[in-house]
Amino acid sequence: MSSTRRVNIEVGVEWGLFLCASLSIFVTIGILLVLAFETFQFFQTVSPLEFLFGTTWTPLFFDQQFGVLPLVAGTALVSTVAMLVAVPAGLLTAIYLSEYAPTSVRRVVKPILEVLSGVPTVVYGYFALLFVTPLLQNIVPGLSGFNALSPGLVMGIMILPMMSSLSEDAMHSVPRGLREAAYALGATKAQVAVRVIVPAAFSGISAAAILAISRAIGETMIVTIAAGQQPRLTANPLVPIETMTAYIVQVSLGDTPAGTIEYQTIFAVGMLLFVSTFVLNLVSNWLRERFREEYS
Amino acid sequence: MRSDRRLSKLADLTLKVAGLLVTVFGLSTLAVLLFDIASDGLGRLSWQFLTSFPSRRPEAAGIYAALTGTVFVIGLTALVVVPLGVGAAIYLEEYGRKSRWSRLIEINIANLAGVPSIIYGLLGLAVFVRLLGFGRSVLAGSLTLVLLILPVVILSTREALRAVPSSLREGSYALGASRWQTIYYQVLPVALPGTVTGLILALSRAVGETAPLIAIGALTYIPFAPDGIWSPFTVLPIQVFNWVSRPQAEFLRNAAGGIIVLLGVLMLMNGVAAFIRDRAQTKMHL
Repeated sequence: MSSTRRVNIEVGVEWGLFLCASLSIFVTIGILLVLAFETFQFFQTVSPLEFLFGTTWTPLFFDQQFGVLPLVAGTALVSTVAMLVAVPAGLLTAIYLSEYAPTSVRRVVKPILEVLSGVPTVVYGYFALLFVTPLLQNIVPGLSGFNALSPGLVMGIMILPMMSSLSEDAMHSVPRGLREAAYALGATKAQVAVRVIVPAAFSGISAAAILAISRAIGETMIVTIAAGQQPRLTANPLVPIETMTAYIVQVSLGDTPAGTIEYQTIFAVGMLLFVSTFVLNLVSNWLRERFREEYS
Repeated sequence: MRSDRRLSKLADLTLKVAGLLVTVFGLSTLAVLLFDIASDGLGRLSWQFLTSFPSRRPEAAGIYAALTGTVFVIGLTALVVVPLGVGAAIYLEEYGRKSRWSRLIEINIANLAGVPSIIYGLLGLAVFVRLLGFGRSVLAGSLTLVLLILPVVILSTREALRAVPSSLREGSYALGASRWQTIYYQVLPVALPGTVTGLILALSRAVGETAPLIAIGALTYIPFAPDGIWSPFTVLPIQVFNWVSRPQAEFLRNAAGGIIVLLGVLMLMNGVAAFIRDRAQTKMHL
């Protein structure tokens, strides 16, 4: 009798835990269903071609146009600026920390750098708008109060620790033998780092960079605060723009009733955002797996 | 030959100095950021600032509604995410290790961790606010944050469970304990410090989140403290965002003051997490 009860408890617990674990699958299905449903509704009114290739985005104006390209361009512009900071700076930091810095320095510097990625993004937004932009306006003539440059730079700094610590991990897993062989041939530290370690860890480093792009595309508050909210098809980082994420926030701040076309646009834009980050994450994972296989 | 050598030495030095400079640049940006915010906002900090509701007059405005909102939302988030996250981690680590379904769940969790937070906001808006009719309440906000940090909690709890030596489990089985008895009485107590540390860090991420809560429609102007899970709410980052978006310099100073409080809360949480981890480590080494 008591042993059947014991078995019942065991089975019950296992099922409960199984359901907890399976919840994550339902979250993914939920995201897909919600985005797909509203996007489908949206495409009843606006053709997918017009959405994807149109060059004017004015869903909140009287003359509604639904070409998403200005938002995509804004996102691409800010992310490019962020990558121009995060990739070289992250890589150099990683090389310095893994090849040159004494262990004691590493132990102090790494956790402090990690703090940079723990700062809430709304704080970075404040910093970009009220410190970096005014500072840049002294150097860059014609920089407007809202622009893509300043939030891009700040976002680059936010992503830097992730970029550097993932690249450092990749560089660490390059077999010792390669390093030692290069030293035995009389190579300097720089030669070992640039010609042996970085090429050997290349797929791991690319995985880190792609993950960083995905992070930049999905970042919301910095661009909402400091980039302005003017969808504009431009490659000029000095003027106000709007990103996909900032548009979602802009609509959410207003009182948009469900079922309206404005409400559906945020899901259509969200779908585009989800698909792009998802693809980037998959590519990053694939590169990392390949890198792991190379050295195991 | 000799100049070649000198050149490569020069290249070596250049790379070293460049690396050092960039590292120092990263660190000094953090310092500048903190200094900038402190100089803007420290003057605004006062008891009145902490205990006042938002107001149209910046000097009378405070963060009471936002602070209590954050406490309510994060408290409820913790209550919900602990059983779900820890349960999922136990299943993946102790039960279904090799099955195909577990493998699928693992890949799925890794993917979810990379989904932008604003997408979780859209999910929360469609499911919790509209479909289930929770409205723009504390409950809807908390559940949205639960989904957002669930992957992080599962990953950190799994690491804590993995660190428990398998001899402990085997000893327990040898004494005739069942699987769940072994987990509940032997494994979980040992994994507790690691689990709690990971949990606090995940919650501190939730404290700083702004975008998903704006997406579900958390209001920016709330002149009262939340009084239950159905109450409308605002949180610290949203209050800061609201003040940053205004043109008046006085409100910008309020924003800096709010940021100082926000960073203070985060530092406190991280400090507690580090304390628990360090204490557990010294205990293990004894």
